[in-house]
Amino acid sequence: MSADEKNAIIQIQNLKTWFLVTKGAFKKVVGYVKAVDGVSLKVYKGEALGIVGESGCGKSTLGKTIMLLEKPTGGKILYNDNGTFKDVTQFNKQETFAFRKKVQMVFQDPYSALNPQKKIYTSFEEPLKVHGVKTQEEREAAMQKVLKMVNIQPEYLMRYPHQFSGGQRQRLCIARALVVKPDVLICDEPVSALDVSIQAQVLNLMKDIQKELHLTYLFIAHDLSVVQYMSDRIVVMYLGKIVEIADSKSLYDDPLHPYTRALLSAIPVPDIHNHKKRIVLEGETPSPIRKPSGCAFHSRCPNRMEICKTVDPALLHRGQNGHMVACHLYDDKVEGKSAVKMDGKGSALEERADSDEKY
Amino acid sequence: MNSQTSIKARNYAASSSLLKRNIHKFLDNKLALIGLIVVVMMTAACIIGALAGVDYETPNLYVMKSPPMPGHPFGTDTIGRDLFARVLYGGCFSIFIGVFCAVMSSAIGATLGAVAGYCGGWTDKVIVRISEIFQAFPQLVLVMMLVAIVNKRGLGNLLLIFVATGWMTTFRMVRNEFLSLKGETYVKVSEAFGMSKQNIMFKQVLPNVMSPIIVSTTTNVAFFILQEAALSFIGLGVADKTPTWGNILNVAKSVSVVTDQWWIWVFPGLSISLFVLAINFLGDGLRDVLDPKQQ
Repeated sequence: MSADEKNAIIQIQNLKTWFLVTKGAFKKVVGYVKAVDGVSLKVYKGEALGIVGESGCGKSTLGKTIMLLEKPTGGKILYNDNGTFKDVTQFNKQETFAFRKKVQMVFQDPYSALNPQKKIYTSFEEPLKVHGVKTQEEREAAMQKVLKMVNIQPEYLMRYPHQFSGGQRQRLCIARALVVKPDVLICDEPVSALDVSIQAQVLNLMKDIQKELHLTYLFIAHDLSVVQYMSDRIVVMYLGKIVEIADSKSLYDDPLHPYTRALLSAIPVPDIHNHKKRIVLEGETPSPIRKPSGCAFHSRCPNRMEICKTVDPALLHRGQNGHMVACHLYDDKVEGKSAVKMDGKGSALEERADSDEKY
Repeated sequence: MNSQTSIKARNYAASSSLLKRNIHKFLDNKLALIGLIVVVMMTAACIIGALAGVDYETPNLYVMKSPPMPGHPFGTDTIGRDLFARVLYGGCFSIFIGVFCAVMSSAIGATLGAVAGYCGGWTDKVIVRISEIFQAFPQLVLVMMLVAIVNKRGLGNLLLIFVATGWMTTFRMVRNEFLSLKGETYVKVSEAFGMSKQNIMFKQVLPNVMSPIIVSTTTNVAFFILQEAALSFIGLGVADKTPTWGNILNVAKSVSVVTDQWWIWVFPGLSISLFVLAINFLGDGLRDVLDPKQQ
């Protein structure tokens, strides 16, 4: 086993999660929504891996599939269990149950994530009971430990969810996920339902918790600033596929994929004098039921070439520090891309000043 | 921090409780409160009367068809039995039939509804078809069939048929609630924690459906009491010698009783109407209190 593999905690190999599209009384299968379509990536121990992409790109489905809440159509999810990689998708009931203790998830909507009929105490106690923490003292010790991390007083446990604000609820949800002492925490847009001021508070808290518990985060979000703040490495997804993986710094400083460049140009900058050139992509995101042939992005790509329409580019190492990108622009054998300048940030793209130039 | 006493024990008194708040809300609803009081008083009167051993079956031929008078506050029936005693004693049966059938059919409906709604797929389809088959049977015909087969009119038959033909409304309601609650995040959270299906169905989701179930159970009590009265009135209910409210009314099939002995049908009839009305008020009040959308 290589050092690289030793440090990985989850290896995803060619993972596919497709949903059937049926029609008519006899449920004829007319197509598939390829929400996750051949994703391969490694998650290293103790890192925060951000996953970004626009709505419908499959980032949430990817998280849910790793959590085994969706059944994968194909591929492998290998989990590093003390040095041996085991395929999570082949787990039996018992192994799955043990896996649930190792990997936990924080969901997007804190308003429906806590059972409205149950006191917070019960919501915390039940997972512990299910996972065999027998005595009340042990359970309460575990609860107090996690509540301290999220700065919520134990007295509040006897309240009902409707007595808490959104930020408090999300903190409670984080604490509840941590109560079974997981190694990996999948965060599915944990702050997108919250106020911006509360977002910062929750994000800082999550960072502190990660440091304290040496957790591995899979941080799914559509807010690029949030992901930049939280993640060590970032995965950019488009229509169920990974288009770029890089560490946080090189992705933001030197994005390689045209889609990533367009995404990054959309981050608002709080400076009125700094007119940022915004790359506006043409057209809509294609339906994941009828994906374009070749590179899924070619229908909107400002740098599209002939080859993009037919050949799906592979995700290959193109830069330093394991910067990977799936784009023909960086393929030396492809002709007709001489006009593209590789180093300049988005310089080859058709640029357009933002519409606020008019004012 | 004092680790000797648990968080639960220390904060129990300070905990705000949904129940307490709901009781306050209920007490503010005057109509529902009156309903509750009437239901409780009538039930208590019937039970106390039955326990005190009122004489409901000895005919007293000297006071046949007597209007209300001292000693017989509701008068006597066509063979001189005391109507007050019969209404009290019969109330026990009528109320028992209503409550038992309502609770049992809610229990069956809720269980099947939870399984069908949560599991979905084939399980759902099979259970829905079964419920539709049950729904297609007319209750009256079933009762007559059973009376013909068993050749005896008994309480057990009636209970069986009421429960067998009465669980579908609760079933459909619970199934629909489950279909919508299945998508809630806390169900996903429970799955992510590896909780069993039974645990999620009955411990996580079902408490959220309890309020409509409670409301429909109370209104079903009234429905079953009326059903029993109707069946007994046409002579298909409980055996004659058991004086349910419907059985007492049965005498009023003859025109002479209707025109000349008003007390024989007015008092049991009033008892039924009053009880059913009170139960309906109670059910309406509970609906207002327990509706989670109004919290």
